[in-house]
Amino acid sequence: MMQAIFIYLATVCVVCAVLTVSLRQPVYNVMALLTMFFHVAGLYVLLNAEFLAVVQIIVYAGAILVLYLFVLMLLNLRSESRHLHRQWPFAVLILGSVAAMLVGAMQAGGFGLPTGEAPAQVIQAVGNTESIGLTLYTDYLLPFELASLVLLVAMIGAIVLTKKELIQDHGEEQS
Amino acid sequence: MELGTTVLLAVIQIAVVMGVVLLSVAYMTYAERKVLSFMQDRLGPMEVGPWGLLQPIADGLKLFMKEDIIPSGANKIIFAVAPIICLIPALIGFAVVPYSEGFSLLGGTGGTITDLNVGLLYIFAFASVGAYGVILGGWASNSKYALLGGLRSGAQVISYELVIGLSIVGVLLLSESLSLRAITEHQDGGFWHWNLWVQPVAFVTYVIAAVAETNRLPFDMPEAESELVAGFFTEYSGMRFAFFFLAEYANMILVSCLASVLFLGGYEAPAEFLNFVPGFVWLALKTWALLFFFIWIRGTFPRVRFDQLMKFGWKVLIPVALVNILVTAVGVYIVNN
Repeated sequence: MMQAIFIYLATVCVVCAVLTVSLRQPVYNVMALLTMFFHVAGLYVLLNAEFLAVVQIIVYAGAILVLYLFVLMLLNLRSESRHLHRQWPFAVLILGSVAAMLVGAMQAGGFGLPTGEAPAQVIQAVGNTESIGLTLYTDYLLPFELASLVLLVAMIGAIVLTKKELIQDHGEEQS
Repeated sequence: MELGTTVLLAVIQIAVVMGVVLLSVAYMTYAERKVLSFMQDRLGPMEVGPWGLLQPIADGLKLFMKEDIIPSGANKIIFAVAPIICLIPALIGFAVVPYSEGFSLLGGTGGTITDLNVGLLYIFAFASVGAYGVILGGWASNSKYALLGGLRSGAQVISYELVIGLSIVGVLLLSESLSLRAITEHQDGGFWHWNLWVQPVAFVTYVIAAVAETNRLPFDMPEAESELVAGFFTEYSGMRFAFFFLAEYANMILVSCLASVLFLGGYEAPAEFLNFVPGFVWLALKTWALLFFFIWIRGTFPRVRFDQLMKFGWKVLIPVALVNILVTAVGVYIVNN
């Protein structure tokens, strides 16, 4: 049963990921990506990570992708007539070798790896959200803070870029 | 418990909850017309049935039988899918709302379709997806008004979802759970134990943001009829129009249900001696009180301008909600130590 659900989710993920880059109409690309996000969330649910699944939808589907859609509509893009870039043979070559490497690594490593410190039962005893929160704010505090710093820099950068004219006008008034 | 029983139990509960929700949607439209009429010194619908009570059914039949028009130049697939994308998230959220104390049914537990331990986030995840229906519907119609309505709605929903998300953090800090049942049980003990008294600021920001999130007056920018004809569903007719309509009203009921659960004690009775009344009656009463409030402000306030709406969201509501989180967090820390 679980295996069947996994195969369904994984297949749709891969198909939608391919459609995301291969469809011609930009809005269809976004829809394919949306479907993929939902199925990735499904994979998280299968792994007993409900919190991650829901956050996956809130952050990627609910926020980021809506902004993509927004930009698409403001730009009013025509669907491209020639949608394959002329460097596509190189892309196929590189991606093909990466895929071969991954398959090779999986063949060599096998799937019988030992489970981590926190298998599903341990996490369910504490609670999904609680265990993520505790780990994030104790063991991974430094990376977490660094990530928030990076985001803050990006935010300030975006404000500076969009408000450039205002800042210049202000400078001229003072001089 | 066997798989068959689990599925049967789930199907029964889903059928009952959906039936109640759709009936509520129908009578919400009736209530809205009636209440607005009384506020404006009119009678409202009176012809169909006694006091016009069958009006929603007549309206529904009319919408189902109307001709379905797809404008030329519209993107047919997206045009057809958008109302469905809009409606599903509005209905799916009811799966985690606890409507009564747990009771046993067919050897399983009832009271809520499923008690997810991330229930609250689940509702917000799907609520955020509802915006796609609106934006895509506006885009696929191939009409200026619809596109503008869709874009406005996109901007509005994204901004006000932040406010809703921030206002509930205070409640989460208090109840230490994302499960709606746990949040309700945390407010057990009567009127004065409701989160409303501990989190008044969060309640106010939540209600304002909920009105904006459901695109209701005075924040109904996406469909401002004096500027945009009817906003994102200008080109829709018949069934598809009905879907958008259903989604809007189902969303209103969902946010009201959620407000009752988060701030007004959900299915808990307001006093000990009233405990004999079943829980779902209390939840329904609280939800309908909030729905009346929705209609009331629609009848009272004029529409705000779009830039005022954005300014109010980002420069007033979000800072207030953030300060509320800070104060609550400090308070909880002091009490716990």
